[in-house]
Amino acid sequence: MAGSMKVLVGCKRVIDYAVKIRVRPDKMGVVTDGVKHSMNPFDEIAVEEAIRLREKKIAGELIAVSCGPKECGETLRTALAMGFDRGIHVEINDRQLYETLTPLHIAKIFAKLVEKEKPGLVILGKQAIDGDCNQTGQMLAGLLKWPQASFTSKLSIDGDWAHITREVDGGLENIKVALPAVVTADLRLNEPRYATLPNIMKAKKKPVDKVDPEQLGVDLSPRIHIIKVEDPPVREAGVKVDNVDELIDRLKNEAGVI
Amino acid sequence: MIGLSSTVHYSMWTTYSSRLRHIGRNYVRSKKAVRSPLDTLYIISRATFSHSATSGDYGTVTDDFQRSLAAAIGDKHVIDSQAIREQHSHDESHHSAVLPELVALPATTEEVSAVLRLCNEFRVPVVPWGTGTGLEGGSIPVRGGVVMDLAQRMTNIVSINESDFDATVEPGVTRVRLNQELRATGLWFPIDPGADASVCGMAATSASGTNAVRYQTMRHNVLNLQAVLADGTVMETNGNSRSRKTSAGFDLTGLFVGSEGCLAAITRATVRLHPVAESAVAAVCGFPTVAAAVDAATVVMQSAIPVAKIEFMDSEMVDAVNNYSGLEHAVVPTLFFEFHGSETAVAEDSRRTREVVSEFEAIAFDVASEPDARARLWKARHNALYACKAARPGVRYIMTDVCVPISRLSECLTRTKSDILESGIPGPIVGHVGDGNFHVVLLVDQSDADEMDRARGVIERMCRLAIGMEGTCTGEHGIGIGKQRFLEAEVGIGSLETMRLIKRTLDPNNILNPGKVLALS
Repeated sequence: MAGSMKVLVGCKRVIDYAVKIRVRPDKMGVVTDGVKHSMNPFDEIAVEEAIRLREKKIAGELIAVSCGPKECGETLRTALAMGFDRGIHVEINDRQLYETLTPLHIAKIFAKLVEKEKPGLVILGKQAIDGDCNQTGQMLAGLLKWPQASFTSKLSIDGDWAHITREVDGGLENIKVALPAVVTADLRLNEPRYATLPNIMKAKKKPVDKVDPEQLGVDLSPRIHIIKVEDPPVREAGVKVDNVDELIDRLKNEAGVI
Repeated sequence: MIGLSSTVHYSMWTTYSSRLRHIGRNYVRSKKAVRSPLDTLYIISRATFSHSATSGDYGTVTDDFQRSLAAAIGDKHVIDSQAIREQHSHDESHHSAVLPELVALPATTEEVSAVLRLCNEFRVPVVPWGTGTGLEGGSIPVRGGVVMDLAQRMTNIVSINESDFDATVEPGVTRVRLNQELRATGLWFPIDPGADASVCGMAATSASGTNAVRYQTMRHNVLNLQAVLADGTVMETNGNSRSRKTSAGFDLTGLFVGSEGCLAAITRATVRLHPVAESAVAAVCGFPTVAAAVDAATVVMQSAIPVAKIEFMDSEMVDAVNNYSGLEHAVVPTLFFEFHGSETAVAEDSRRTREVVSEFEAIAFDVASEPDARARLWKARHNALYACKAARPGVRYIMTDVCVPISRLSECLTRTKSDILESGIPGPIVGHVGDGNFHVVLLVDQSDADEMDRARGVIERMCRLAIGMEGTCTGEHGIGIGKQRFLEAEVGIGSLETMRLIKRTLDPNNILNPGKVLALS
């Protein structure tokens, strides 16, 4: 008997974590053309967790969502190859608009999709490795007025409740939240499976619905204005001094820190 | 033997051909001098010996040499600091560290070629360096000179061909990184020697590992190598070809795989990728005796059950692992299995294996199919080496391996185990029994000369025993420093002399990783 809970998971397309990031010559962003992209690692963990819920016969239909240009279709195919049933691609082709999207925009998009799809659980990665905002899940919960469980490192579902272990600064926190809820996945929640060739082939035939954000009624006008993007300052070589007096002198007069 | 010259790249032979022509004229023309091919080999190798720089005939690392290196690859990439030299003075074996005089960090194949050319010109020994994770001292610069660290700056994944199942990488790419890069493709690089080693380094040592029983070793998974010879000549051993099969020319790829840096520096490797298994199931079972466990493994192999992994651990190893990883395996000789394939196939493989092991009084047969449960099962095996180190804190380990035909494995392993017990040295055993291969981890107090002697005795007897059983003194780790004395007994004088001839031909000044694999006389 398969589970009946629909699960919605966000899959952001980001620059692959192994790539060395370079600032664009116009200093308004980073170089993305021709650079390897992949699914945000925390989103992979979210995808894996949803699949495990279905294997435990708790989840039923698994839906992957991605917002962005047409290449996001590839990101969705990865989720489908890992075992998801269908994808929703919220198409945003205007490059400048895409670059100024913030978690609040995304949370609003997801809120509209949740209204339509009515999932019993939404799992997002705790943060994206490009923005590092760590806001989307929390904002989505706020917009939906749903309970939230962020930094989840352990998840188990028991009827209408989800038992969560969260990784917090002080250690581990055990809570339970009523479903439906928004969960954000932390690193140690699971280890994502590798896609297999037969599943990659099957995924090509799974449906991906395209959605226009305007149809959803979400206003994507920029809420931020990018002023400048720069490399961090180049690390300078350390300086050796001969004695303590010289050290004090240079700290005082050159570095100006004492 | 002179015929050898005409098949190799021309530019190399402008240096060597004059010498060989001289020798050839004197020996090959005179029919009386040549009684058999073997004599020719011996005569030529003896003749080249007097022209080559074998023991002690090296140049020193002078300021002039260092300046030339710096001019070729940049001042800050020729390093003489103590700390960096120390990092490049030892691998993960028990062999003593030896400091190189310089560490060079080339960034491109052209720079590697320049470095080698200079080392050859100045007759300075040079060791190509990957991740320094070898287990037989193969990358220790025993004659000093230069360690050429290829992994630091040559870190590109040159290409991944998903549709052809191959990938080309530079020396700085390790196997874990390659697999991470492949994670969304449905393909993987299955050779797993334990350490997160450089893929090119794995080619140089013909690495193997737990998956070899199904996916074979580097010998079968390298399609092409970009190699730089001692005089700086650059070649692609298979040229432009990514073909999965070829009958074109001599197998130079095979020659360099496993050559441990003695014939060429590897600057690029094209390796075979394999489809990720649709599903995987792991199983563990204990046995009352070592013989029962190994016999069971042998029968599993002989029943043609396509296991993906089949690993043996003796009681000492299981005990160490339980203590270290907090596991609760029964402290008995144990087999770990993994099956790869479709869900029905792995269920069938698992069922057939259960039947086989029950005939050998298997104590339990625990199966795990969930990824987490499987990972927990294999944690025991992965942490084996660290568990051993923790079992006798403060002492170094001497880890070594042999490999015999499967039909001789049971006898070889049980006899080696009793020898270890007699020696009184803790020596847990772990083995890739599907290949007839097992590793012994001797936990020796290196400050105790008597213990060290006994340990050496164990290794000597183990290697001689394996060779006597038509096996090899090194299944996976390579000859490196310590096993050179077994090479002749294992491969025979004809083979050894041919290897010496090839070495002298490709590296007449013996600058490439001298003192490893084979003694030149």
